[in-house]
Amino acid sequence: MLTRFFLMGLDKKAGVLLTVLAVLAVAVPVMALGTAPDSPWHLSTHTVALLGKYLCFALLALSLDLVWGFVGILSLGHAAFFTLGGYAMGMYLMRQIGSRGVYGNADLPDFMVFLNWTELPWYWHGFDQFWFAAIMVMLVPGLLAFAFGWFAFRSRVTGVYLSIITQAMTFALMLAFFRNDMGLGGNNGLTDFKEILGFDVQAASTRVGLFVATVVALAAGYILASAVVASKLGKVLIAVRDAESRVRFLGYETDRYKLFAWTLSACMAGVAGALYVPQVGIINPSEFSPASSIEAVIWVAVGGRGTLAGPVLGAVLVNFGKSYFTAALPELWLFALGGLFVLVTLFLPRGILGLAAQLRDRLPARATVTAKPADQKGV
Amino acid sequence: MHRAFCWLLAAFLALAAPASFAADLAPLVRGLGAGSYAETEKAIAGLAETGDPAVVPVIEALQAGDLHIRKADGAVVVAKRAGNGYALTDPLTGAALGEADRNAVEKIRINNALRRTISATLGALTLMSPDANTRRQAAEAVFKSRDANALDALNTALAKETDERVRRAMTQARASVLLAGDAPDADKIAAVAVLQERGDQDARALLNGAANTGSDAVKDAATKAIASVEQRLALWGAAQNLWYGLSLGSVLLLAAIGLAVTFGVMGVINMAHGEMVMIGAYATFLVQEAFRQWAPGLFDFSILVALPVAFLVSGAVGVAIERSVIRWLYGRPLETLLATWGLSLALQQAVRSIFGPTNREVGAPSWMSGAFELGGLTITYGRLWIVVFAFLVFGALLVALRKTWFGLSIRAVTQNRSMANAMGIRTARVDALTFGLGSGIAGLAGVALSQIDNVSPNLGQGYIIDSFMVVVFGGVGNLWGTLVGALALGGVNKFLEPYAGAVLGKILVLIFIILFIQRRPRGLFALKGRAVEA
Repeated sequence: MLTRFFLMGLDKKAGVLLTVLAVLAVAVPVMALGTAPDSPWHLSTHTVALLGKYLCFALLALSLDLVWGFVGILSLGHAAFFTLGGYAMGMYLMRQIGSRGVYGNADLPDFMVFLNWTELPWYWHGFDQFWFAAIMVMLVPGLLAFAFGWFAFRSRVTGVYLSIITQAMTFALMLAFFRNDMGLGGNNGLTDFKEILGFDVQAASTRVGLFVATVVALAAGYILASAVVASKLGKVLIAVRDAESRVRFLGYETDRYKLFAWTLSACMAGVAGALYVPQVGIINPSEFSPASSIEAVIWVAVGGRGTLAGPVLGAVLVNFGKSYFTAALPELWLFALGGLFVLVTLFLPRGILGLAAQLRDRLPARATVTAKPADQKGV
Repeated sequence: MHRAFCWLLAAFLALAAPASFAADLAPLVRGLGAGSYAETEKAIAGLAETGDPAVVPVIEALQAGDLHIRKADGAVVVAKRAGNGYALTDPLTGAALGEADRNAVEKIRINNALRRTISATLGALTLMSPDANTRRQAAEAVFKSRDANALDALNTALAKETDERVRRAMTQARASVLLAGDAPDADKIAAVAVLQERGDQDARALLNGAANTGSDAVKDAATKAIASVEQRLALWGAAQNLWYGLSLGSVLLLAAIGLAVTFGVMGVINMAHGEMVMIGAYATFLVQEAFRQWAPGLFDFSILVALPVAFLVSGAVGVAIERSVIRWLYGRPLETLLATWGLSLALQQAVRSIFGPTNREVGAPSWMSGAFELGGLTITYGRLWIVVFAFLVFGALLVALRKTWFGLSIRAVTQNRSMANAMGIRTARVDALTFGLGSGIAGLAGVALSQIDNVSPNLGQGYIIDSFMVVVFGGVGNLWGTLVGALALGGVNKFLEPYAGAVLGKILVLIFIILFIQRRPRGLFALKGRAVEA
């Protein structure tokens, strides 16, 4: 029964994506650990971490697509959930440093010793246990999203207003986390991690392990999202996106549906953040910046919103481009990214994956071009 | 009559060639090197009697131990260590007199009795200076130092003083000396009253000292005075906060008012709005550079020239953006948001590539620098002008929208596009010009902000979220809402700052807005009726 629930959402695109992920999950460990360092097939630890980072962003994009593509909520604050998940993981990693920090304090992370704190703040307790941190990774962003959504959806804040207040939320969090008084490392954030679950964070094998974990998380997130979208619940969500008032008049409590998708999406973003932190080795408040949230939106737009597979593709493509440009032509990166925003919204409203459908729509029936595609109405 | 004559004479002499002074003073200065302490003291008294400000550096040099006698001719010189020997200068004119060997000069010695005389003389000389500002500064210096030696000089100066403000400063200085020293209780209590009237932080510190050390009667008076001073300080503190709030509010108003046109009137989410402000600031920079290059004498007018230039440049960029991108996206606000965000990234990078990533220096014209005091408030002219400017821009925009043909067209297109079109209004053109107007106003804001903020490619980023908050808080489509929103947010921010700190204050304001939107999803002054749903 449950299997059927999870499988019914999968289609041809899903088959391709999951196959690619499965291949990655096998090939990357083999290439990174099973080949000699001078072999052309060898993947350096750096490359593995980079790929892992892309896939974390892909999971973030997927979570964003769930709310933007299927419920019509354009969140400009998803980086907040991502970063909160990252901080939860970072706190666990900080506690794992133990007495190996610069000041050698077994309980307090270095920055607290530096600030002359004598006691661990209450919210740091429990983070020495992995299971606790793993729960918090989803619970903290989930709770924030629940509270935020509960207020916002109940008061029927929609559209642009909702986008702007999600942006205000992430901005406020950024300012808060920059404060040293927050007890989360202030400006510098959390870094200098040593071990995760007893494995050295820097070691090649750990990196590969983290990569595989990311692939698994992404695949699981994808299957879950597909299942939600294909279920009856998903149909209501799409209906909310296209004509919220009508759905409400039909007797559905749209707030609850939105709240469910919104909270689920935040939890997924939290997981993405948690996987991101050990692979890049640092988490700091600049991740909260409104700009990073908007960047995540463009990944979804490039890949194609409302397709689930598209955002995954978009996140990887855009971030690959970013890595390439910022190394080769740093001056041009912002032009490229800015241009991407403009071109995609003007010419590719359905993204790369929607390109074929867009062309199909346009070619035979030029006369009816004024009729807008359904997925643009509720925006 | 006699005093007036003296001042007249002093003023006349001050206008005459300073050389004549030097000639008169020279024998007296020479007397400093006569030999015994008694003779030096007499010479100091003689110098002091002239009441000439030119004497001050000489006595200061004596106090610092720089005054020497040149053995060769017995002349008194200022000698400062330079390499192995001394560099000599004339104590009165400051003219260089060449260098001398260490043995060629002899230091003029002073003892403690002389030191007292010197500091009293110095105080008296500056307190007697013909320049009222110097006298007032000297009095302030005594007020801060509480130097008992200056008391006599202060009393003498006070007896002669005619300027009301200087007189007050001297009375306060005298009170501070009396209160810190061991004067009789009656004097101290009178001093407490004077300080209570002054009523600032320094006065409070002095009174606190008196309340802890003096006799019972003085303690009593001081405690009462402290209560009154604190009340007064709290009042001025509130006024100061109000002014800061108004100042911040006007900055927010400037930044948001263009957005109120593009977002509020047209419904276009322009995330590149901050970059329009930034372009305005860079336009100011370029205009100032041009002035520096070709007309440095007219630099004070550069800001006035920058205003129309910034308006036109930002407005033109705005029209270009509307024609090339935004017009394809009407009715799709979220897509507009993304596209304009992309434009903002590209504009930032463009400016960074052209002007470099560092801050550019934009100068303030003379009429915008400096400050004046209003009671317990210090108000800088720059901030004052920005407040005035913000309200001028607001008023001008209001008039433009209400009273002009262009404003009428804008409102018509906003209210009913197809009907406006049917009545012969070229809606596409109105769209472009409205967007240009909003962008141009952002450019004007850039001119003002260039005076108080760093002109860098990131200038606009700092304002974009604040401006959206103001517009959303005030209510979209309502200029008055924007005005109230900006002033309210500015005021709340500044009133929270002393209690919560700047950052936490800002966080609280953001949370407040998020919660406020829940209560009133369409802002403080929401438009009502069918137009809202369209």
